[in-house]
Amino acid sequence: MVKRHFDYEEKYRSLREKFQELKKLSQSMDFDLNQEFKRLEDKMEDIRGDKYHNLSPWEKVLLSRHSGRPVVKDYIEYLFEDWIELHGDRSYGEDRAIIGGIAAFAGIPVTVLGHQKGRDTNENLKNNFGMPHPEGFRKVERLIGQAEKFKRPVITFIDTPGAYPGLGAEERGQAWAIARVLMLFPRLQVPTIAIVTGEGGSGGALALAVADRLLMLSNSVFSVASAEACASIIWKDAGRAEEMASYLKVTAQDLSELGIADEIIQEPIGGAHQDFTDLADRLKKSLELNLKQLMALEMEQVLEQRYQKFRGVGRFLE
Amino acid sequence: MLKSSFGKQKLIPIPGSGRGPLDKTVPNEPGLKCPSCSRRVMEMELKEHKLCPHCGHHFPLNARERLEIIADSGSFQEFEVGLRSINTLEFPGYDEKMTQAINETGLSEAIITGKATVGGYPCVLGIMDPGFMMGSMGSVVGEKVCRAMERAIELKIALIIFTASGGARMQEGMLSLLQMAKTTAVLGRFHQEGLLYISIITNPTTGGVSASFASLADIILAEPGALIGFAGPRVIKQTISETLPAGFQKAEFMLGHGMLDCIVERGQLKKTLELFLRLHGGEKNG
Ligand SMILES: [Zn+2]
Repeated sequence: MVKRHFDYEEKYRSLREKFQELKKLSQSMDFDLNQEFKRLEDKMEDIRGDKYHNLSPWEKVLLSRHSGRPVVKDYIEYLFEDWIELHGDRSYGEDRAIIGGIAAFAGIPVTVLGHQKGRDTNENLKNNFGMPHPEGFRKVERLIGQAEKFKRPVITFIDTPGAYPGLGAEERGQAWAIARVLMLFPRLQVPTIAIVTGEGGSGGALALAVADRLLMLSNSVFSVASAEACASIIWKDAGRAEEMASYLKVTAQDLSELGIADEIIQEPIGGAHQDFTDLADRLKKSLELNLKQLMALEMEQVLEQRYQKFRGVGRFLE
Repeated sequence: MLKSSFGKQKLIPIPGSGRGPLDKTVPNEPGLKCPSCSRRVMEMELKEHKLCPHCGHHFPLNARERLEIIADSGSFQEFEVGLRSINTLEFPGYDEKMTQAINETGLSEAIITGKATVGGYPCVLGIMDPGFMMGSMGSVVGEKVCRAMERAIELKIALIIFTASGGARMQEGMLSLLQMAKTTAVLGRFHQEGLLYISIITNPTTGGVSASFASLADIILAEPGALIGFAGPRVIKQTISETLPAGFQKAEFMLGHGMLDCIVERGQLKKTLELFLRLHGGEKNG
């Protein structure tokens, strides 16, 4: 049976509770066990640390989808000042699966875009679990065009299972909407930085990832399609998702080795949700540094580097 | 109603050299069953355009057959014949699948590209083959598409691409997904040159190819009945747990929703391309 939920932290917590009970119980005894307990406690932390440094690709997939994981709004609230959300695609509707707006980052006005998962079921239903329709991608197209006009750098947050596979989405040109964004980003005359914060799934995630720099949180993943979908298509068995995840090279570490992720932002032990400010501070520092580097270059140079970065993707024999 | 979908397509192997009979489901009966009108058709009745003589259903063409009916005879000079996919992720079974596809189709990858003339007008031509690993786009397909665009820029001539693809080649993981961004980046430069790009969407075109170079042409044509979309119909059906409306994602449906310029029957394709090339200032034998 495939594990569908990342439950290590729950197991750890119940172990700790039992340990505390035992400690309390021991106080009524005649001999001093404090040394022993201290040693045990350290050992428990070591094992936990080891565990998180050696998560399997599938465990990372599950952790990247964890319901407690910070969502784009958490990052926006923490990293930016003077945030104001802008809505709509000006043709058909407002897609809450992608949030967009303007804010100040380290005193610089920037355009911010991100897939928007909810903090709870209710929010998730409203935001369609961060799975955009064409309107979401057209909002992106509109807001990055606006960013270019006002010379604002663009910062994107990636966290989606993928573009929504539905009737309306197809009728209104999902493929067309994604393609237009994919052609616009490589030529955008402002610096762009993308951060994969959770799960990056397929073309719907890629639409926000064509940037000068791609940062990935250490437990985030980015995949051509979900491991379940790949297993179902290639092996006709979605139940082999765990095995598939190990072949697809989806983790931040694997994608760094492939030259796709430019930088990995280390999450605290237990994942981003265990100590959000610790992670967000580290992310902020990296964003500042990357933005500073990009803004120090001539735009022509930024564009050429970005172009070469994407032009050179692929491995083959000549 | 047209019944062919990506899933069913596999029951009808692509006809042509070394690809076996058209319909393997009824091995004892001669000919094949038309998926549109259900009548039996002899292979020789299909002629070069591979149309059902009863209802005009467009049977799949492989890349070489497509080339025969589009390019002027003897005009095709193929590009990048030496590019080969490699199994970077060491994905189990990928090498075997590649070998099988190469043996079955006689092609080296899911697209052929080259320079040709169409009705005397020079152009760069790309033709995808739906029978080569479902026309999926990996590093080599992406690279060949990009180089075709770059050659068209260099030669200052029009670009014509026939698409047929199930999307990204999953065995290449993120390297294949990023081919979408690679082809659109080069296409962005192509469009700045003031050159014509015509995309002809054929059955089926979904996923990474539909959401990149297939839908970013100056002129987007499609063959009748072609399945066109981002998500495949099976995925959509699973997601919404409803049956899909008749004709959903077919070329006629997409035309009705404003996504295509024209639907062109196969027999008219070459003439139509010639017309577009002429109207965009193409010079014969340039
Ligand atoms: Zn027929």
